[in-house]
Amino acid sequence: MSRETLFNAAILALLVAVPGWALAAGEPFTITLATRAVIFALAAVGLNIALGLGGLVSLGHAVYFGIGGYAMGILAWHAQSHTPLIDGWLTLPGTKSMPVIWLVAIAASALAALLIGLLSLRTSGVYFIMITLAFGQMVYFFAISWPAYGGEDGLPIYVRNGFPGLNTLVPIQFYGICLALLCAVLALNAALARSPFGLALNAARQSPQRVECVGLDPVRLKLVALVISGAITGLAGALFADLNRFVSPVMFSWQMSGEIMVFIIIGGVGRLFGPVAGAGLYVLLEHLLGGVSEYWQIFLGGLLLIVVLFARGGLAGLIAGRRVAHD
Amino acid sequence: MSPILIAEQVLNGLQSGVMLFLMAAGLTLIFGVMGLINLAHGSLYMVGAFAAAAVAAATGSFLLALAAAMAAAAGAGALVELVVIRRLYDRDHLDQVLATFALILIFSEGTRWLFGSFPLYLDIPDWLSGPVTLPGGIQYPLYRLALIGIGLSVAAGLWLLIAHTRIGIRIRAGENDREMIAALGVDISRLYTMIFALGAALAGLAGALVGSIQSVQVGMGEPVLILAFVVIVIGGIGSIRGALIGALLVGLTDTLGGVFLPELFKLIADPASATATGSALASMSIYILMAAVLVWRPTGLFGAAT
Repeated sequence: MSRETLFNAAILALLVAVPGWALAAGEPFTITLATRAVIFALAAVGLNIALGLGGLVSLGHAVYFGIGGYAMGILAWHAQSHTPLIDGWLTLPGTKSMPVIWLVAIAASALAALLIGLLSLRTSGVYFIMITLAFGQMVYFFAISWPAYGGEDGLPIYVRNGFPGLNTLVPIQFYGICLALLCAVLALNAALARSPFGLALNAARQSPQRVECVGLDPVRLKLVALVISGAITGLAGALFADLNRFVSPVMFSWQMSGEIMVFIIIGGVGRLFGPVAGAGLYVLLEHLLGGVSEYWQIFLGGLLLIVVLFARGGLAGLIAGRRVAHD
Repeated sequence: MSPILIAEQVLNGLQSGVMLFLMAAGLTLIFGVMGLINLAHGSLYMVGAFAAAAVAAATGSFLLALAAAMAAAAGAGALVELVVIRRLYDRDHLDQVLATFALILIFSEGTRWLFGSFPLYLDIPDWLSGPVTLPGGIQYPLYRLALIGIGLSVAAGLWLLIAHTRIGIRIRAGENDREMIAALGVDISRLYTMIFALGAALAGLAGALVGSIQSVQVGMGEPVLILAFVVIVIGGIGSIRGALIGALLVGLTDTLGGVFLPELFKLIADPASATATGSALASMSIYILMAAVLVWRPTGLFGAAT
């Protein structure tokens, strides 16, 4: 077994063991923290497909995170206020069912990723970074100035949405749902990386010209990667909104985009479990340092700086060793 | 909608445009010469505003406050360049984004720690306050008019510096071929520090000038930074002329859109929903402009074709 497999297995074991330990130690709040970490990890695994596999430095992934959040918020708000979602020739009610909300969140954020991708993939490099950041800001300001769903104040949802056969109000059951989704997406990510599509995408990152020469369209490959990536981050957004029972434009903010990227970097770019390790470390730091100092983000900034300047490869690189670079 | 109101709004748009130019010029210069994307440029804007507020509170002099803003931002810029940024020039954009994002966290939280979370206020000096009457009977605040004047003079000064001085020659040479001018005996790392400090000083100046209209608070820099990115994407990365045109376009679109789009929608819808739709659309207008420019010219109006 390679060190990376051991590293991955250790993280997975830790995630499974945390709620048991929390219940035994009588610290149920730890489960909520772990849920937060798992949801952040899911968002970051989404971004890692675009960033790690496709080399797309998207600084606007908060768009998809927020769209997922608002998909949950809008559907659940219509259900709790008993107003129809659409009221025209077709009347659609809101819903409090998680699976339906997830599907809507995935579809809506995939569509947004398709539109943003079509425009932003016309460019590359530093233009792409600035444009994804700008589109993120556009959606943020739209969410603030659109009064129908709370505007700047956000939208509170009173009861967590339901999942058939489970009681989502019990923290450990909701944690289980989130962890199962994370594992499913990690499996998808691993399969994707080995698939012909993943290999072609990897090649398109390293040398678009060569990929074009063998008859593949690098822009289309990257677009598909961005859509899959956005859809996964959107799903994470829906879960995050359900965790807080609240959505607000903050989910769309550029800081959110930055943080999702930070999870990947402190964990390890392009590594399967890198984002998971990074999100876990982030939530841990937030909890521990946040208790020590109100200004804990100074330390986060310092840590990030050290990782970028001196410890490229992040936590995964540190523990599981640097992979031989192929590009 | 009277012509006077329209003229006032155009002036407002110009004013926000030239202030954006001060930000965008530094960013585009730094990218053009060093190939670096600097997210922390907004922090230097904030540093300038805070330095100005602190010095204005201590001395009561607005000019001293402006000087302090530029000095503090240039100093912070030079320091950051020496300690961190210089290690990033030959890294990929992802590393640059993350390291400068880390700098934002450090600057923002550090400033919050020093000055607290409450906004500070920077007063417009007496000799620049009050309205002036422009030809055509337009009453316009003198201070905002001064901002337009300062912005345009800086643009002219920057053009002189780059087109007609020895430093300008080096900057242009640096944009073309870094290795070559290093080989010709120019101390390239000193040139980089200088350019970075120059960009920082411009950002600090903008922060102090705009800080007198708005409030001086932590996080004030990042919205402006992102607007400046939009400006650069529209104008073409590395082009000062593009930055000026882009900044004016963005300033005018943003200001005029915010005022006139809700009015426009009132013609076709009831006032309440027209205001909502209009202002929501107005907040998106500059990004729609950016998308339109991208579809037309993917490298911006004045960008080099790749």
